[in-house]
Amino acid sequence: MFVIKCPYCGERDQTEFSCHGESHIARPENPNEVNDKEWGEYLFFRSNPKGMHYERWTHDHGCRQWFNVKRHTVTDKIIQTYTMGEEKPEDDNV
Amino acid sequence: MFNRNRLISGGSINRNKPINFKFNGQSLNGYEGDTLASALLANDIHLIGRSFKYHRPRGILTSGSEEPNALVQLGKGSKTEPNARATEIELYEGLEASSQNCWPSVKYDIGALNNLFSRILPAGFYYKTFMWPPSAWMFYEYFIRRAAGLGEAPKEKNPDRYEQKFFYCDVMVVGAGATGLAAALAAARSGANVLIVDEKPEMGGYLISSKAKINNIDAKDWIKDTLTELNSLSNVTVLNRTTATGYYDYNYITALQKVTNHIENSNSKLPRERFWRIRSKQVILAQGAFERPLVFSGNDRPGIMMASAGQVYMSQYGVLPGNSITLFTNNDHAYTVAVDAISKGAKVVVIDLRSNVSSEITKLCEKNKIETYNSHAVISTHGSQKVNSITLQELSEDKQSFVGEAITINTDLLLMSGGWNPAVQLFSQSRGKLRYDDQISSFVPDVLVDNQYVIGTNNGDFNLKQNLIDSQNAGISAAKETGNKKDIDEFISEANEPNEFTTSDVVPYVLGSKPVTHGSKHFIDFQNDVTASDIFLAQREGYISVEHTKRYTTTGMATDQGKTSNVNALAIMSHIQKKPVGEVGHTTFRPPYVPQTFGAIAGRNVDQYFDPQRLTAVHQWHKDNGAVFEDVGQWKRPYFYPKNTETMKEAVNRECLAARKSVGILDASTLGKIDIQGPDAAKFLNLIYTNAWSKLEIGSCRYGLMCNEHGMVFDDGVTTRIGENHYHMTTTTGGAARVMSWLEEFLQTEWLDMKVYCTSVTEQWTVLSICGPKSRDLLSSLTDEKIDNESLPYMKMKSIKVCGVEARVFRISFTGELSFEINVPARYGKYVWDKVIEAGKKYNITPYGTETMHVLRAEKGFIIVGQDTDGSATPSDLNMDWIVSKKKEDFLGKRSFIRSDTAREDRKHLVGLLINDKKTVLPEGSHIVEEASKKPPMKMSGHITSSYFSPTLGYPIAMAMLKNGKNRHGETVLIPLMDGKIIEATITDSVFYDKEGVRQND
Repeated sequence: MFVIKCPYCGERDQTEFSCHGESHIARPENPNEVNDKEWGEYLFFRSNPKGMHYERWTHDHGCRQWFNVKRHTVTDKIIQTYTMGEEKPEDDNV
Repeated sequence: MFNRNRLISGGSINRNKPINFKFNGQSLNGYEGDTLASALLANDIHLIGRSFKYHRPRGILTSGSEEPNALVQLGKGSKTEPNARATEIELYEGLEASSQNCWPSVKYDIGALNNLFSRILPAGFYYKTFMWPPSAWMFYEYFIRRAAGLGEAPKEKNPDRYEQKFFYCDVMVVGAGATGLAAALAAARSGANVLIVDEKPEMGGYLISSKAKINNIDAKDWIKDTLTELNSLSNVTVLNRTTATGYYDYNYITALQKVTNHIENSNSKLPRERFWRIRSKQVILAQGAFERPLVFSGNDRPGIMMASAGQVYMSQYGVLPGNSITLFTNNDHAYTVAVDAISKGAKVVVIDLRSNVSSEITKLCEKNKIETYNSHAVISTHGSQKVNSITLQELSEDKQSFVGEAITINTDLLLMSGGWNPAVQLFSQSRGKLRYDDQISSFVPDVLVDNQYVIGTNNGDFNLKQNLIDSQNAGISAAKETGNKKDIDEFISEANEPNEFTTSDVVPYVLGSKPVTHGSKHFIDFQNDVTASDIFLAQREGYISVEHTKRYTTTGMATDQGKTSNVNALAIMSHIQKKPVGEVGHTTFRPPYVPQTFGAIAGRNVDQYFDPQRLTAVHQWHKDNGAVFEDVGQWKRPYFYPKNTETMKEAVNRECLAARKSVGILDASTLGKIDIQGPDAAKFLNLIYTNAWSKLEIGSCRYGLMCNEHGMVFDDGVTTRIGENHYHMTTTTGGAARVMSWLEEFLQTEWLDMKVYCTSVTEQWTVLSICGPKSRDLLSSLTDEKIDNESLPYMKMKSIKVCGVEARVFRISFTGELSFEINVPARYGKYVWDKVIEAGKKYNITPYGTETMHVLRAEKGFIIVGQDTDGSATPSDLNMDWIVSKKKEDFLGKRSFIRSDTAREDRKHLVGLLINDKKTVLPEGSHIVEEASKKPPMKMSGHITSSYFSPTLGYPIAMAMLKNGKNRHGETVLIPLMDGKIIEATITDSVFYDKEGVRQND
């Protein structure tokens, strides 16, 4: 069970959070202009890497804010947490 | 009192406090400080129970939590506990325990016939034999479960109380043997907050029963001094009777503390057990090692025990479990036990598998007059309910055959020692990596996880002095890591013990009087009755990987998780596959380390505390008026209000008709309510809902559907514009939290520049929904404002005073009747409700529950998201194209409507069904078929989502999701029921009543 550093509240137990899958998947600016394949990629396709993963979490039982977590999927180590809108950090450890 | 095997002195039992207990109905006694196992041995009782599969007589193998054999049914009635390890049960006055898995008694057990047939009951027997026909498995299983098994679960509810505790510390030490204590002391003196736990009542580990010296004083005294200091420090928590059961990511450790298990009829306010949930910055594992059994024919007989256990019973409990003792060993450690046993007055013979022993050992044996057989093996054991003699034979140089004659000698206790296995279970749970160590022939920690130390024998190191120094350093280093850098003096100067364990060969199995592959009883896993021949069989049949061998033979899969068996099983696999044990690999250890009560895991979260209950402000009134409640999420909602002896159907019919003919009242407070404000609120709603919101006037209400990005409907509700930048959104009762999260998700992750604020106000408002032709008359009598059709038309909201309370009155309808939803602040909810009921008496106001609400809305064809939809329906599938804006550029889900599958014409559509016989109420969930046959399978083309008897119409109605249903109105479909009847129904529009909406629009 992780200890997660909420960018707003600090370190808290994992039970206060929930995970919402991969982050940095932007909703197409104008969905009407994308083709089925591109729309399908936005809806269904995720990278599922063995290694560094960027994912969205919410501090449900706390500040209720969404933020990003950079986690290594093999070691389960959380490398970094950062707020929504912040730039995606470097993919250093893979 | 008299204990036949009790020594006249010695041990840490309290001889001034005799304790009476019962085993299998027999009254016995022991002393305070005894375990059930030590007390039984003191009374010369070795036969404890029958084994899992072959019903073989079994005794006590160990003295600790790794015990696979001595499992008993403890206590009676609602407090009974199955599979309790006799080696861990502390004796208390009035304790009652009995043998398991035997009938009629442990001495004469019918199931023992399995032992005679064991040649035809090898590993995989059940899979091979009971495969056909597949449908008969349930029948076989009943008998198999009865024949093979362990104890019985209590049939009544457990009356005990369990607690949970969260705990945070700098350094947690698991195990309070010498090394654990040294590490804890070092960390504590350095200033860290320390928690040290140990599973035993008495701390000190194996050194309590040894003659070791630390800093030139008896180890026992050093332990006592160390504990005294630890207990005196405010930064240290010392927990005995506490087993660390799980080790998870980021040093999260669970531990089970026995608080009053060992106290008879505890009347105190203390719980039975306390479940600790610990987060420690640094963890030091000091759990020690388990002695490894030797694998030989008949090694499971009562009276055969681990050498270390024999020593513990002699030294710690003052019990000599046998007078004529044989030690069977492959290492030096056993000789310490031999010397101890001789000093207690026993006659001792040592059988050593090794050809040569060191000169010190030879001298030791000469000095103590110990009879020894080098290069010999025990090839069989004898005795029906307890060992009484053994047969041994000399081994050839290469240990592959015998030389010389077999000798049989009498013995009443056989102690065995096959080396030591570090207790790496918790370490492995933490994802630490193991490596095989040839020196000690076992697995040891290799790659540690972050912020973790493994010390002493737990790490595979067996030099006492070095271990203590390492432990001290680990304690200092762990404390430093947590910022506690106080300089401390080194406190370990000297330590030694009489006979240190050095090395042992790995002996996969010992040759027996018959080949090991031929159903011989070389036991490996005592608890699951797995023998060496089962491992051979698994290899022969191709279950070669360690994971397959484990599952095929079930070795290591009992509740002891193979603490005594795993390494031996791997050694045999290595022997058969002719590759090193390290390459055979090992299976993964899982929590819990020892069996753990469900009660402790649940803690206080039982009964009404299992899940929070949400009650409306009017809840007490519903109770007082006889409501039957229904759970909707966490809410308790009135289901219906039966009068006198009314059945549910009668009550619902009455409620429905009252709502249609006069006035009904529903407590709608549970509906989700979200207050949305901000300059971009309208723009936001336009993206969230499928229909258009920009032009909604202040004071107007609009129904909306929400879709997810796949274009599937996931919630609906009415949203009202309260002010220029202010909206009041309602959601389904069950979907409120989900919708709130959905709104927050898009505001926080996609549209960060939008100025919109959402606040859940579900609990801030009490909602009284009054409906029926008389509802306007009723409301008029409670307010001074005009509420006629011009002043408050359909789908409008007005802020007025109702019963003198500021209220928002929405003219919306979920029943198809003239209806008003009166929202008042929750603190006035009960007051206004009472007033409305009082004033409504004139109109025979009838409270109605969720069932009537469902019937009324179904008559009108209104959907319930989550009942008529299942996350795979688009608005179009629900015939709700009218609510999907064609003009809007974008909204959530829009793009998915033109995906080929979503745009398909023959998807499942919502339809109404009229049952041709006009009387059958179809069960919800029934399948719809085109062609019926006598029995399944039949091709399914849809299913019933809602089905009721309509009191208004006088016949049953149903809603269904049906393939291509939109285009099939007027056709007949078939619905086969569970009882074999086939019902015919006609497809119709889903609006059954008042299609024009005259009643609600007035």
